[in-house]
Amino acid sequence: MMKLEQNSLGMASTVLPSRDRGGLAQPLLSVRGLHKHFIIQKSGFGQQAKRVHAVDGVDFDVMKGETLGIVGESGCGKSTTARLLMRLLTPDSGELVFDGDTVGARGGISLREMRRQVQMVFQNSYASLNPRMSIEDSIAFGPEVHGLKRTEARKRARKLLDQVGLAPNLYANRYPHELSGGQRQRVNIARALALEPRLMILDEAVSALDKSVEAQVLNLLVDLKQEYGLTYLFISHDLNVVRYISDRVMVMYLGKVAEMGDTEALYEAPAHPYTKALISAMPSMDPNQRTSKAPLAGDPPNPIDLPQGCRFSPRCPVAIDACHIEEPPLAPCGEKHSTACLRAEAVMHDRAQVIATNQELS
Amino acid sequence: MNQTAEIVAPQQDQPLVQVSGLEVRFKSPDRTVHAVNGVDLTLKRGEILTILGESGSGKSVTLRTLMRLLPERRTQLKGQVSVDGRDVLAMPQRELRRFRGRTAAMIFQEPMLAFDPVFTIGQQIAETVCRHEGVSHKEGLARALELFELVRIPSARRRLANYPHELSGGMSQRAMIALALSCRPRLLLADEPTTALDATVQIQILLLLRELQRELDMSVIFVTHDMGVANEISDRIAVMYGGRIVETGKVGEIIAQPRHPYTLGLMNSRASGELKGQRLEAIPGSPPDLATLPSGCAFAPRCPYAIDTCHDSVPIAHTIEGQHWAACHRLEQTQP
Repeated sequence: MMKLEQNSLGMASTVLPSRDRGGLAQPLLSVRGLHKHFIIQKSGFGQQAKRVHAVDGVDFDVMKGETLGIVGESGCGKSTTARLLMRLLTPDSGELVFDGDTVGARGGISLREMRRQVQMVFQNSYASLNPRMSIEDSIAFGPEVHGLKRTEARKRARKLLDQVGLAPNLYANRYPHELSGGQRQRVNIARALALEPRLMILDEAVSALDKSVEAQVLNLLVDLKQEYGLTYLFISHDLNVVRYISDRVMVMYLGKVAEMGDTEALYEAPAHPYTKALISAMPSMDPNQRTSKAPLAGDPPNPIDLPQGCRFSPRCPVAIDACHIEEPPLAPCGEKHSTACLRAEAVMHDRAQVIATNQELS
Repeated sequence: MNQTAEIVAPQQDQPLVQVSGLEVRFKSPDRTVHAVNGVDLTLKRGEILTILGESGSGKSVTLRTLMRLLPERRTQLKGQVSVDGRDVLAMPQRELRRFRGRTAAMIFQEPMLAFDPVFTIGQQIAETVCRHEGVSHKEGLARALELFELVRIPSARRRLANYPHELSGGMSQRAMIALALSCRPRLLLADEPTTALDATVQIQILLLLRELQRELDMSVIFVTHDMGVANEISDRIAVMYGGRIVETGKVGEIIAQPRHPYTLGLMNSRASGELKGQRLEAIPGSPPDLATLPSGCAFAPRCPYAIDTCHDSVPIAHTIEGQHWAACHRLEQTQP
């Protein structure tokens, strides 16, 4: 199943092949206590600093060969998490362990090496390509920087273009503005693959595409994953797409993990009231069963002034007094399923009584 | 209210919006973009119609034509557009100003961009009311408060004094709906109003629009690319592709029994939990370039059923049942 040992492009390479080290049981990436606060107003004269709690203590593992989906609304910290993993942002605190090696620490794996093994695809396909470089140059750039010979790098670029469905002799010399959105996103995927990464972070990579093109790119991602034995971190706000592609799903709310579990278990029986609300807020596809009541009122609050106790408690339809006092930790609530909710048991079995009707946040 | 009802009554059975043979071209020195290529559309009073389509399908352009919001100098318009019995394309500027806001109003995808950042929301709504209805500023403010309560903004009085940047995404979309409704329009045009919103907020706005439409007995044309949203909001759906309507029918007919290969393709390519582990039936290729539109059916190059006729001639609409029709040469291939 895992063919990581092989040079998957099947050609001589001076770039070191990425090796599997700890075996399947060892997570490919372990994240512990990840924090990132953005200070928007400095402290002074008895005033506390105003800070955005973008990522506020996140722990998770990405297993080898899986697709982990991250969902949440704007401001929940899903994109910040992705940028922290790539070190495009420096975390305030937290530890990253990549296949057993601590990233950036003594005796661990260097940042440069980690970045070769972890690649990212962004939402805006146009902004992430250099407008003055041809498609071929863009893809060959990474391997060249990492020490591959120019001719080799170009050969690899052409092979990858072919693999993502763009005929090299037609497209290799074109520039980003000459391609459609779907084609550009294919180029971005090819560029990410050029370094033979083991982990791909896809940050809303299909969200900006038209529906008819989205399916093509999803198919491509599934094919590539199989062929190269990749691991995906798939970030999206589209719950249908996440359900389709992910093995496990992590739901974030205001910078923390609300719930995490196997996709089907989580969609079938969500244990966190927020997950439940997200799922029932999905537009129905049955004309005879339209949604008649919105599951939550108000907008997601901004992550500057966090509420006391559980962050979701002010919007939560099933909150009890204890919820407003203490923040619940992420705790197991089933097999490979964990949630940060005091009332998980009741929510999962649909026994939670709606105590407070939703109050609008103002 | 009674007064308006009397005036409207004689033409009640006439459709509110009637578009026929609409063509829109954008000219620039080096190319002509064929954005809309012959659209026929009718909208009954009190009906919600959704125009469903991808980027570049001409859905937003069609919507903007109904209020004549397109840049006059670069745009070539052909065909007839009548709203509430008036010819929109022939209207002089003066009348157009009265028409916008009173007969038809529009809401957009980015509510933040629709407001002036240096005035409070209340002032902006009051100004609109004063301007169109000739009432005092005080009455305008009272009407603004009424509108805020209508769109269910909590602590409405306090919110009126807010500046646009102080409102969250969902709240500013509600405020924009209030602004659009300020002169009691008969027709509300909505251009992807929920696309930029979070999932839990999107459903609130959709439900609000549905309720308001019933309460105020408005007609609504809603533009979206999301089939789920179309299903939630509409009575009828029109699917657009390459600047033409390719299929239209009641929401149940389009969602449950689509017949045009493009609509079918859209339905089948939706990712969902049930398809996990299977390949998605994606539509091959990409949407057409509107500057070099194919001579026949615009969907033919991507269509699995296309034959030579499809590449040569543009198909006309074939009725399937009642109001459900599709423009396709190969409808017998898509029979369920």
